Parts: sequence; C-alpha cells; structure tokens
Amino acid sequence: MDMELAQQQLQTQTFSAWLQRRRLIDWVTLLVIAGGAFYALNTFGAFMDVYEKAILMAAVPVISFLAWSWPGLRNLLAVSTLSSLAAIGLYHGDLARAEQAFFLKFALSSQTAIGWMCFLFLMSTVAFWVGLAARSAFAEKTGSVLTWCAVAMGLTGMLVRWYESYLIGTDVGHIPVSNLYEVFVLFSLITALLYLHYERRYATRRLGAFILPVIAAAVGFLMWYALSRDAQEIQPLIPALQSYWMKIHVPANFIGYGSFALSAMVGVAWLVGDGGMLKGRLPEQDVLEDLMYKAIAIGFAFFTIATILGALWAAEAWGTYWQWDPKETWALIVWLNYAAWLHMRLTKGLRGAILAWWAVVGLVVVTFAFLGVNMFLSGLHSYGSL
Amino acid sequence: MNSIPKKPSANFGRSVYELLISMRFAISLLTVLAIASIIGTVLKQNEPYNAYLNQFGQFWFPLFEAVGLYSVYHAGWFLLILTFLVISTSMCILRQGPQMLREMRAFREHAKEASLGQFAHRASYDTTLAPQVLGARIGDWLTREGYAFKTNVREGDNGGLLIAAKRGSGNRLGYILTHCAIVTICVGGLLDGDMPLKLQMMLGDTRAASRDLAFNDIPAQARMGADHWSYRGNVFLPEGKRSDIATLNVGDGILLQELPFDIMLKKFNVDFYSTGMPKRFASDIVIIDKASGQQFEHTIDVNKPVSYKGVTLYQASFDDGGSILQLKAHSLSPGSTDILDIKGQVGDAVKLKQKDTPLTLELTNLRPINVENLGEEKTTTSQEKMLQHLGNAARKTDKDLHNVGPSFSFKLRDAAGQAREFNNYMLPVVQEGRGFFMTGMRESQAEAFRYLRIPADEDGKLDTWFTLRALLTDKSRHAEIARRFTAKAMHGDAISETMRSKLSSTAERTMDLYGSGGYGALDKFIRDTVAEKEQPKAAEIFLKVLQGCTWEAWQLQREHSKLKPLDMTPARAVFIDDSLNTISDSFHYGAPVLIELAGFEEVKASVIQATRSPGKYIVFLGCALLIAGVFCMLYIHERRLFVLAKSDGKVLFAMATNRKTLDFESRFAQYREQLKQITVES
Repeated sequence: MDMELAQQQLQTQTFSAWLQRRRLIDWVTLLVIAGGAFYALNTFGAFMDVYEKAILMAAVPVISFLAWSWPGLRNLLAVSTLSSLAAIGLYHGDLARAEQAFFLKFALSSQTAIGWMCFLFLMSTVAFWVGLAARSAFAEKTGSVLTWCAVAMGLTGMLVRWYESYLIGTDVGHIPVSNLYEVFVLFSLITALLYLHYERRYATRRLGAFILPVIAAAVGFLMWYALSRDAQEIQPLIPALQSYWMKIHVPANFIGYGSFALSAMVGVAWLVGDGGMLKGRLPEQDVLEDLMYKAIAIGFAFFTIATILGALWAAEAWGTYWQWDPKETWALIVWLNYAAWLHMRLTKGLRGAILAWWAVVGLVVVTFAFLGVNMFLSGLHSYGSL
Repeated sequence: MNSIPKKPSANFGRSVYELLISMRFAISLLTVLAIASIIGTVLKQNEPYNAYLNQFGQFWFPLFEAVGLYSVYHAGWFLLILTFLVISTSMCILRQGPQMLREMRAFREHAKEASLGQFAHRASYDTTLAPQVLGARIGDWLTREGYAFKTNVREGDNGGLLIAAKRGSGNRLGYILTHCAIVTICVGGLLDGDMPLKLQMMLGDTRAASRDLAFNDIPAQARMGADHWSYRGNVFLPEGKRSDIATLNVGDGILLQELPFDIMLKKFNVDFYSTGMPKRFASDIVIIDKASGQQFEHTIDVNKPVSYKGVTLYQASFDDGGSILQLKAHSLSPGSTDILDIKGQVGDAVKLKQKDTPLTLELTNLRPINVENLGEEKTTTSQEKMLQHLGNAARKTDKDLHNVGPSFSFKLRDAAGQAREFNNYMLPVVQEGRGFFMTGMRESQAEAFRYLRIPADEDGKLDTWFTLRALLTDKSRHAEIARRFTAKAMHGDAISETMRSKLSSTAERTMDLYGSGGYGALDKFIRDTVAEKEQPKAAEIFLKVLQGCTWEAWQLQREHSKLKPLDMTPARAVFIDDSLNTISDSFHYGAPVLIELAGFEEVKASVIQATRSPGKYIVFLGCALLIAGVFCMLYIHERRLFVLAKSDGKVLFAMATNRKTLDFESRFAQYREQLKQITVES
C-alpha cells in the first residue's frame, strides 16, 4: 500500500484531532454548502413541509463531511454545482432554450449531459480494459479521469433535470429519483463514486476494469430504455410518490445496490486472481477480500436503512409497514443474504473463494430484486416497471 | 463424564434446549422462511379462490389451499416458524448477552505475561525508563489515541506495570442490539399479524362470510366488535353517506369490522395533471364520535392519513358510488330503429326484454373524464431520434392529449351466464378530422377492447347511422331504394328498359347481400360468381352501387322526416364510406343492442382503509435498534492493547481485535513504531 495513503488513514482517531486537521478550504466548503441550503430555505421554504426542510438541513453536515474527507468529491461537487448554475442561468426560465443556447444544446441540458455521461463511462471502461491488457498505467489513469468526468456530467444532468422538471410545471417538479430511468442514472453515479473512493483508499486503479463494466451495462440499459421507450421524459408524480420519504428512501437504496454491485465485481476479480490469471496485475487477494467486505458492509448498512425507511413510508402511505409486497419480500431476501454473508465472515471467520462466489451470486439476487421483480412480478412498486 | 445416568426426560429437555439455541437451527428456520417468501412473491397472493382453481385445476387446488400457499405469509406454519425464530434468538441473547456485556467492560488488566506472549500481534522493546515514567507516557499517548485504560501494578521480582487499554467496545453491543432488534420486530409484527384472529376462528366461533352477501345478511359470527385490537380493512363510502363498518379480507371470505366512530364522506376529490395522470386523491370526511357525538372534519390525502382513537384512516382507492345513468338501448335487429330508455345506477343489473334471448345489463362503471393520446405517431429516422433525446428532458414526442369526455362500461350477460364487456364513449372522438362514437367490446378481461367507430352525423349524433343501418338491413325497403337509385343513375340517359331493370335488380341484390352480412357477404358472392380476372372490377362496381344506394336511403329517410334533400359533398361521401364500414363491422358486434349514454349524474365513492396496529411502535423501536446495532457492529472496531513494562527494562506490547482486517494490521504496525519511540528516553 502506498505509504502516504497509509499515513492518511492512520491519523489519530479522536474527534478533536480530526477537527484540528481541518484546513481553510474545509471551512469555506462548509460555508458555501450551508449558504446554498439557507438560500434554498429562504427562497423556496414556503413550498416545503417541515420534513423537507429537515432533510435540507441534514444534507449540510452530511455533504460537508463527505467533501471534507474526500477532496476529489469536493471538486466534483464544485464543478457540478457551477455547471448546473450555468445551465439554470442559460435557461432564462424557458425550456425551449435547450434547443437554442449552444451550451445547453451541446453540453448542459439534462439529456445532453446524461448523454455525455453515458459516452464517458463507456470510454472509461475501454480505457481501463486497455490499461489491464496493455499493462499501461497511463491508460488506467485516463480511465480514472474519464470516470470522474462522467460522474461530473451525470451529476450535472441530474441537477439540471431537477430544475427542468419545475420548468415544465411547478406542480410537476420533483427530485429525479422517481422512476427506473432516473434511478439507473443514480445507480451509475453511486457505483462510480464508490469505485473512485476505493481507488483512492486502496491506491489501485486495477479494479476499474472489473467495476466499470457493471456501470457500462447500466448505461447500455439506460440508452436502450430511452431510445425505445422514451423513458427519459419527465413525468409528474403519482399521488403515492408525493412524499418527502422518496428523497431519502431511494438514494439510500441505491447506495446499497451500488455497493453490492461493486462487491460482486471485486468478487469476480478475486476469482480471476485466484485462478492465477492476470498474475501480478491485480491487488493482493487479501486486499480484494478486505475491499469486498467493506463494500458489503456499507451496502448492508444503507440497505438496512433504506428498507426501514421504506417500511416507515409504507406505514404512512399504504397503512402498514410491511405487507409482503414482492418488492418488500425480495428486499428482505437480499437483506438476509448479505446478513448471512457478513455473519459467516465476521463470526465464523470464513474467507476465500466461497465468499467471493457468494458476493457474485448476491448480485444476481440484487438484480432480481431491483429489476426482475418489476419485470416478472406484480405489486405495489409498479412505478419502477419496465 | 457423568456416572449417574440421567433421566431420559431431562436428556430430552436438554437436547430441545440445545437445538433451540443452536445457530444451525436459526439458520434453517431463516432458510425456510426465505424460500416460503419467494413462493409468496411468485404466486400472486390473496386472489379470489376461483382464479387459483382455474390456474391449478381440481387436483392441486385443494392441496395448495391446505398448505396455505394462497396466503403464505398468514399461514399457520409460517407464523409458527416466526415464533420459533423469536424464541431461538431470545434464548441466544439470554445466554450470550450477559457474558458479552461482562467482556465488554473488562480491561483484562490481570493478564499474565505468558498469555501476552501468545498474541499474534506483539512486540518487545528494551527501555531505560522506569516503569512509572513509561506508564505515564503511555497513558498520555493512549488518551490521545482515544483509548480507555487501566493500570495494574505488579509486585515481586518480575514486578512492573501492566497497562490494559481498549476502545470500540460498542462493537459487541452491536451484536446484542441487532439480535434484540430481530426479536422486537418479530414480536411487533406478530402482534399486528392475524394470529389472534386465526386462533379466534380456530377455537372460537368467528367465521368468515361469503363475499357475495349483502352487508345486512352477514351473520354475527362474521362481525368483529370495536374492541378488536388489530385489523386492517376497507370502508366503502359513497359521497354523502356514512358508515362505521370496514371489511376485512380473510381467505376467500370477509369479516365486518365495527369502528369506534362513524365516518361521513362529504366529497371525494380527484385532480389531474395536464397529461391526464392523476395528481391528487383526497377525501373530505367527518369523523363522528359514537360516544360523545363530537364531529371532526378532516381531509385525507394519499401519504397524509388521519388517526383517531387508535384507528388510522388512509386514502386507499376510489370507486363509483352509484352514479345515475340515463341510457338509450338502440336495437340492432335488422330493420329496427327501436330505442329503449333505461335509467340505472352503477352497480345495478337491469333485465332487458329481448325477443329471443333474455339479457341482463350490468352497469359496472362510469368514467366522467378520459384523457387519450390522439396524436399520430410520426416516423423518424434514427438520426432524428438521437437528436430528440438531447436537450431538455421534457416530453417531446408528438403526443396530443385530450379529454375525450365521459365513458361508461357494462356487461351483457346471457341466460347461460356468459358475459361480454363493453366500454362506450358518450361523445364523438375526433379522428382524422371526423367525429366517431367509440364502442368497445371484449369477451374476457384478458383481452383489449375492440372498438367499433360509428361516424357522428352533421348534428353530432348517432341517429343518421342507425337510420342507414335500419334501411340497409331491411329487405322490404330495398326495392324502393333501388328504384330511386336507378332513376337517379340513369337520369337524362336514353337507356333501354331492360338495362334499367337489370341495374335495379343489381342494386337490390347488392343491398340484400350487404344487409345480411356486410362486406363479407358481398365479397363471398363476388368470389363465388365472378371470374377471377373480373373480380376487382366487379367489386368496384358493387361498391359504387352500394354507395349510391346508401345515399338514396339517406335522402329517402329525410323525405320521410319532411327534411330538405341534401347536396352531395366530399364530406358526405366520406360519411357514407365510414357508415358502410361500420355497419359491416357491426354484424360482429356481439350484442343485439347498442347502448348509448345519454346523460348521467356522477356519485363518487372513496375507499378508506382503517387500520389499527398496536405493534407498529414496537416494530419501529426494533428498527431503531437494528440501525444502531448494524452501525455498531460494522463501524466500531474493537481494539485491545496491552503494554507490560517490567522493572528489568523489558517492555512487552500486544494487540488484539475480535475481527482481523487490513486496517487492524496497519494500525498495529503504526502503534509498534510509536511505542518504540515512546520507550526511548529523550
């Protein structure tokens, strides 16, 4: 492991020491984020209920904490915020400007930005593969930079989409996490960010070639879905989805799904490495195992939260916190599966190929819970239907 | 081990206990639950039993019913497994919990030197510092690193100082919390589940009643008092009505649940977006307390329920509350222009007196608003399509949404019980610039409606079409129409009488054929009688004749009604074409009458779900425990440090965790270096 990074991780663990390590830029970041939140509260507070205000306020420390602990993320947020603001400025409150203003048409309008995201993710997948095949550190570095660019474009696209939805009509506007198209973009972004996080923590770019293909597959689906079904069109929210719960339930779920997908691909890398292929080209097996565990741990924690938030929401919308709807039941199965995985690793000390295979199979279960339920089973979560 | 033989019963009790607390038992239970849950998602639950009977047949249906597959999550065995899971997990907590808590608190400052030597992660140093001085330095360092520690002074030759430090004990608390959470959630869930009701039905005299019974006919055995402590049922409330009864679905039957208050629906509100998608469902209700007579007004929205006296009311769905429909049943018998006026409520079944077959008209629904996409699909090149997907994400495809007005649906059931379903629009729908009355028919729910498009006449009515149809299907009028047609066609031409009569008989024959089976009958005639080469030409002639006759029929009808004759225009020619197409299709309409919606008075009904779930807050407590537990388990790392500073200048360092990770390894390496520096005198 890179010595500098090792040092960074092993800083003193107490809160006061952590606080002392903050630099000027951290406080500036906090001020900007808090300023933005207060501006939003001040300008649009009349349209929010108390829960939405609470979510907005809670977002300030959460985003600040993430930006403090990860400079790359801070830069990403800065870039995406500025480009979204630029897009909003260019729109002049008129949707038709997307066709007229050059920068909107070719870069910043939501569909164009998401199109760029798709293209950049595909390019970064290619770059990582070239890097793995040709043993080229430069290609891997390119892949990494392209991934960052893709995330920046995707995040901009989502933020602008949010704004565009309000331009369609103030009653139509809503956070873009309400249907399958939108959550697929979210999934791609979250999985990519998790990859970039681990790339930095473990100081290796070798896993890009394994993890980016999942994102490329999601992008492929996204493009098919938009071209053949016009899924990209912003739709107003049905009454059941008009709730502040959506803002927290859906993202929490996709942090779970993204982490599980990532852990499965690390599992694939472990199995490939175990067979002796790509010898010396992959991180050590115990590093992969550690990464797999970390990803599943994050995924499990967030999936637990998401499922509980879902239960709380169901109690409010449908009158019961649990009614064995197919989506709920499959969420439970996913949860039990990873609970068992963690249990075997943590208390039984299981290691090796079984865990790697199990993580890969876990992705199959997750995919069914995410997509299969919508495709093959009927139930209450029909807004995610294909 | 034990020489005295134990009594077999004690042995048995012991092994049951061992089984209950074993991990393997818990895992097996969970696996069975998971598999059962999967079955429950694949097989649609709580459908009407007839649907299952159709799906599985006579042999499997009762078998699956006995196993409880139609309601897996409420099956006795499912609840039993859940109960055992709760028992097993509770016993596990009781057995392991206290020991874990003790271990959590303990610093193990009495650890022996020899046992420190067994640690996988250890190091030793030499120092010139006195144990006390070193102890103080290490104490400062540990505090900085966030550790709690205890110092144990060792006496004697091998004397010295043992510093035992720990952090992250909450990790073990995580195990206890998550296991407690599982028990809490299951207990809450079981309280809200229908286990008590099941027992009551098994042991007491509560029995579900058939879904087909009217409320008043439901026996007392199927009625639950207001003190029933956990339920979830639906209250059906037409506007202006009040009710204190919720229906609970139990297996294939229902129970009636009395509520501790009355609910009155003042108004049910539905708002739509401009796209026709529903935007808001809300009920303005009044809750009337039975005991005090107090009244409370509330509005229930989706996602915004209201609670009163432990019962929570939700906006569940909506329905027609018995709208009053004024209908005109147009007879489709050949030559008939009979109209029967009917007045009925949605939900009613009306007997229609038909000559040959008695029919029952079941009025099923009224939809006052129908938003349809009337835009035509444009063909686009793939390049245009790509470009369409850039820019903003607003709707760009050419969809042209319009409210096409009210529609109503009904079933016509024959004496044998077979029913066809119909869906008719009240107003003409504009297509290609012309108005059409749409009437759809299907033979089963699985099919889509097939629509007959009846052209609206110049007054925007169905009348002209019905008249034309009556005349064309009435053989007795064909001679007269043919005569008029021939007269017009030959007007001004000097033509022989034979030619004239030939044309006249051709016209009559054409109408006879068409009037008996539409274009199909004409087509068959041409195929049977005309040489293949001549067929297209013959068809063209027949069509011309038919169009001409239809025009004459129209004029004839106007003459009878004392109306001025019309001039032929392109629009009227198109109307004749459309009419002929539809009359031809109407032979396959599947009903002897066409029912027109002439007027209506809408009465909406709201379906409000009434829920009492006392276990809810227990479940939520369990959820909080679960989140706390999971985070403690995964994100608090337990670490123990031991430093033994001996009086002879030897220092022993050992480190342990209950979970080995890469972080732990690097942390150990770091501490080993830091301690080395601390032990050096500076």
